Amino acid sequence: MKQRKTEVLIVGAGPAGLAAALELKRLGLTDLLVLERDPVAGGMPRFCHHTGFGILDRHRLMTGPGYAAAWVADAKRQQVELLTQTTVIDWTGPLTCLATGPEGLQEIEARAVLLATGCRERPRAARLVAGSRSQGIFTTGSLQDFVHHLNCRVGKRAVIVGAEKVSLSALMTLAKARCRAVAMVTSFPRHQFYGIYRPAKIALADLLHRAPVKVNSAVHQILGHERVEAVEIKNLLTGDCTSTPCDTVVFTGDWIPDYELARSGGVPMDAGTLGPAVDRRLRTRKAGVFAAGNLLRGAETADVAAKEGILVARSIQTFLNHHDADFPCVPIVPDAAVRWVSPNLASPEDALMPCGKVRFSVKDFYRPARVRIEQADQVLFEQRLRACVPNTSYAISDHWMTKVNFAAGPVRFSVVQ
Amino acid sequence: MTNLKPPMKPFDVAIIGAGVVGCAIARQLSRYTLQCVLIDSEPDLGMGTSKASTAIWHTGFDAKPGTLEARLLTRSYHLLEDYVPQAGIAYERSGAVLVAWNEDQFNALPGLLAKAHENGVRDVHLLSVDQVYELEPRLNAGALGGLMVPGESIICTYGLPLAMATEAAANGVALQFGFPVKSVASGEGAVQLLSGPAGSLACRYVINAAGLYSDEIDRLYGYTRFTVTPRRGELIVFDKFARPLVNHVLLPIPTGKTKGVLVSPTVYGNVMLGPTAEDLKDKTQKGTSNEGLDFLWKKGEAILSPLMKEEVTATYAGLRAATEHSDYQIFPSAEQRYICVGGIRSTGISASLGIAEYVQGLLEEMGVALQPKAEYQSVRLPPLGEAQTRPYRSESAIAADPDFGRIVCHCERVTAGEIKNALNSAIPATTLDGLRRRTRCMQGRCQGFHCHADVSKMLADHLGVKPASLIGYKE
Repeated sequence: MKQRKTEVLIVGAGPAGLAAALELKRLGLTDLLVLERDPVAGGMPRFCHHTGFGILDRHRLMTGPGYAAAWVADAKRQQVELLTQTTVIDWTGPLTCLATGPEGLQEIEARAVLLATGCRERPRAARLVAGSRSQGIFTTGSLQDFVHHLNCRVGKRAVIVGAEKVSLSALMTLAKARCRAVAMVTSFPRHQFYGIYRPAKIALADLLHRAPVKVNSAVHQILGHERVEAVEIKNLLTGDCTSTPCDTVVFTGDWIPDYELARSGGVPMDAGTLGPAVDRRLRTRKAGVFAAGNLLRGAETADVAAKEGILVARSIQTFLNHHDADFPCVPIVPDAAVRWVSPNLASPEDALMPCGKVRFSVKDFYRPARVRIEQADQVLFEQRLRACVPNTSYAISDHWMTKVNFAAGPVRFSVVQ
Repeated sequence: MTNLKPPMKPFDVAIIGAGVVGCAIARQLSRYTLQCVLIDSEPDLGMGTSKASTAIWHTGFDAKPGTLEARLLTRSYHLLEDYVPQAGIAYERSGAVLVAWNEDQFNALPGLLAKAHENGVRDVHLLSVDQVYELEPRLNAGALGGLMVPGESIICTYGLPLAMATEAAANGVALQFGFPVKSVASGEGAVQLLSGPAGSLACRYVINAAGLYSDEIDRLYGYTRFTVTPRRGELIVFDKFARPLVNHVLLPIPTGKTKGVLVSPTVYGNVMLGPTAEDLKDKTQKGTSNEGLDFLWKKGEAILSPLMKEEVTATYAGLRAATEHSDYQIFPSAEQRYICVGGIRSTGISASLGIAEYVQGLLEEMGVALQPKAEYQSVRLPPLGEAQTRPYRSESAIAADPDFGRIVCHCERVTAGEIKNALNSAIPATTLDGLRRRTRCMQGRCQGFHCHADVSKMLADHLGVKPASLIGYKE
C-alpha cells in the first residue's frame, strides 16, 4: 500500500474544499492534497443547471456547472493537487486516512484534515413515507442527474414533496424534462420561497402557477405497481386524504450532512445541525480536524460554502503555526423553536476572525422574530428580525461571543415571536 | 433470460418457482444426469417471498417438534454450514438472544429451552438479567431474562438463491424467467405441457415450488389441500451507524397473545427492525403501510430506543406464503409425476437445502433414476458482506482491474467492477432492481441520491436501451 504525508488533506472538492485549497495556496502552503470521490470535481453545483450562482463571491451571475468549473479551473491554475475518483474509506490514525481509487489503496498522513463532504437530501425511505416501492421516485439530486446528465425523460406528471428553495430547482428540472408538476406538498402553512433572487421568481411564476402548493399537507402513501400511479396527500389539519394521479414523485430538501467520515473518525457531532460541532473558526472538537461547507448543516448556497472554505483555510494555517487545538468553548444549545445553529460552539473572539456570522434556522414561521442569546441569567444578545421562515437560514453577528463566560454552562439560543 | 429453443425434447424435471426453495431443488438435481428447467413468472429469481425476508438463518430451535418443518430445518442447518461459506454467501454467526419483557414471556422461556433440546439444538441456554445486559448493553431497561441461541445466524437473503441458481445453471439446468404457468396438460406418453402467456414447455416431472402461488399450481393438478394467504411483513432498515447498538439477533418470544418483532444486524452492517404480520388478500401488494411503520416504530422504541435516533435507510415489505396449516405442504403424486412443495411459510432460507434433499428422495421414490454427473462445478459469489473483503478494499482486486477502485455507489461502496460483473454474470442483472440486489448499489443511506442515474446509465448502455425505459418511463 502506498503511504504518503501531506500538510493538509482536504476531503471533498466542492466549493468549500476547493476554496479552502486555493486560500491555503494563497497563504503560501504548498503541500496539500484534495480528494474527490466523484470522477469530476466541483461538487453539488455541477448538478444545478439553473442560474443564481456566484453572486456573493465571484460577483457575477453564473449557472451551477459554470460556477463549479470556475473553481476547478482556478484550482488547476494554482496547481492544487486534486485526485478524483478517490474515496476516503477509513481513518487509520488520528489524522491519517485510508483512501481507495483506481490506483489502489493509499494511506495519507496529514497534519490537518479538512472535511468538506457536503450533504444529501433525505430520500423517501428516511422520511418513512409508506406505500409501494415503484419506479419514478426521485430526490432533487437524482432527478437533476437523470435530466441534465443523461438527458433522460423521467415522467409526465410529478408531485414535488417540499416547497422550499430547492423545490424550485426540482420544478425547473422537471420543466426541462417536459414533465408537468401538478402539486407541491408542504407540511407548513405557507411555502418557504423567501429570499429568492427576484428575477428567478418572476421566471418561475408560470410554472408555480401550474403547480399549486398544497399547504398543511403530507404525502400519506405512494400508490403504484411497477411505476408510481398516484400519491395520497393527507391534509394534516383535517386528516382527509385525497389521491392525486401522477407517475413521478420528487422528494426535495430535508438536508442531512454527509457525516459518515466525520462520525467514523470520532469527531463529536452537533444534535441540531447533525454535522460536526464547530466553533467560529470551523475547528471541530477533534484536534487537527476542521469542517466546512454543507457538511456543517445541510445545503446553503454555494457561495456560503466557498466563503467558509476561505475562512477555514486561515484557521488551518493558524493551527499549523500555533497548534491551538485546545481552545476554550461552550456549546450553543438551540431551544425547541430553533432547528440548528452554526457554528454551535462559542469560542473567544480573536484577531483571526474579528467579526463573523452565526447562522441559524427555525422550525416554524416567526413574523416578526426575536432572537435571544443567553448564558445563565445574562442576556448576551438580542435582535429583532422582520421574519424567520423554516428551511431558510439567517445570519447574525457573533460579536456577543466576547461576553461569553467560558467557565459557565452552555449558551442558549432562542427565537420567539 | 431465455435459453430455451423450441421445438425441443421434453425436460426430465421442471421446477416452478425460482425462489430460495426452487433454486435449492434445481441445484440439488443438477448433480445428476437429468435435464432440468427452473422457471419463474418474474423477470429475475427470488422475486417473491425470498426477496424481502428478515434474512435470518434459523437453527429451527423453536419449530414444532415432530413436524416435517422441524426435521428439515435441523437437517438443512448442517447442510448450510458447509455450503454457505463455500459458496461465498455473506453470513455472520451472530447468535440470537430472546429477551423476556414481561411475566408471560419469562414463563415461556423454560418451555422454549425444552423445545430447542427436543429439536436437537443442544447449545441453547437460559440467560439471567445480568447476562442479557452483558450481551446487549444498549437494550432498554426492564428485561427479566432471556434465552441464548448461539447457532442463529444472519445471511444475505438474495445471495443464497442466486448462488444456488448460478450453480444449477453452471451444471446444465436451464432457466426460464418471465414464464407464468397458467395450465397443465398431458401430452403424449408421460409428458406434461406447462403453458402460459409466454408459451409452452414440455417435461416429464413437475415440482411446484411456486411459493405464494403454490396453491394455484396445486389446483391445476386438481387439489384443494391448502390456500396461501400472503402474510405481509414490513421492515425498517437503519443506518450503518446503528450497527454497534446490537450484537446479536434479538428475537421476540412468542406467547400466543402478541406477536413480537425482532431487531437484527444485517450482513451488510445495518440494523433491521421487523417484521409485522398481517394477512392480505392481494399477492402483489408489496408496499408498506403507515400503520405497519408506526407499529414497528413503537416496538423499536420499547426494545432499543437509541436505534430510533439513527437515520432510516430503507423500508420494505415482503409477503410470506402462509397457509391454514402449521406445517409444510409437501406432497408427492406419483401418478401425476408431480410434487407439491408449498406452505414453506417464513423458513425457506433456513430449510432450503433440507427441502431440496427431501424432494430428491421423493423423486427417487417415484422411480426417477438419478445418475450422478461425472463432473460437478461449484460456484462462488463475489463478496458482498461486511465480514468479507470487498473489492474497494482489496489491493489485489484493484491491481487486476482498476474498475474495482472506482466507487459508483458511495454509501455501499459498490465499484464499477462489481457492477460490470453483475451485468456479465451467468445470471445477469437485467433490471435496476436486479442490479441493486446483486451488488447493493442504491441500497445505502442516500438511496440513489448520488448514484441512481449513474447506475441506470451503466445498465442502459449494457442492455442497449435508453435509461428512461429502466425507470419505467413510457412515451
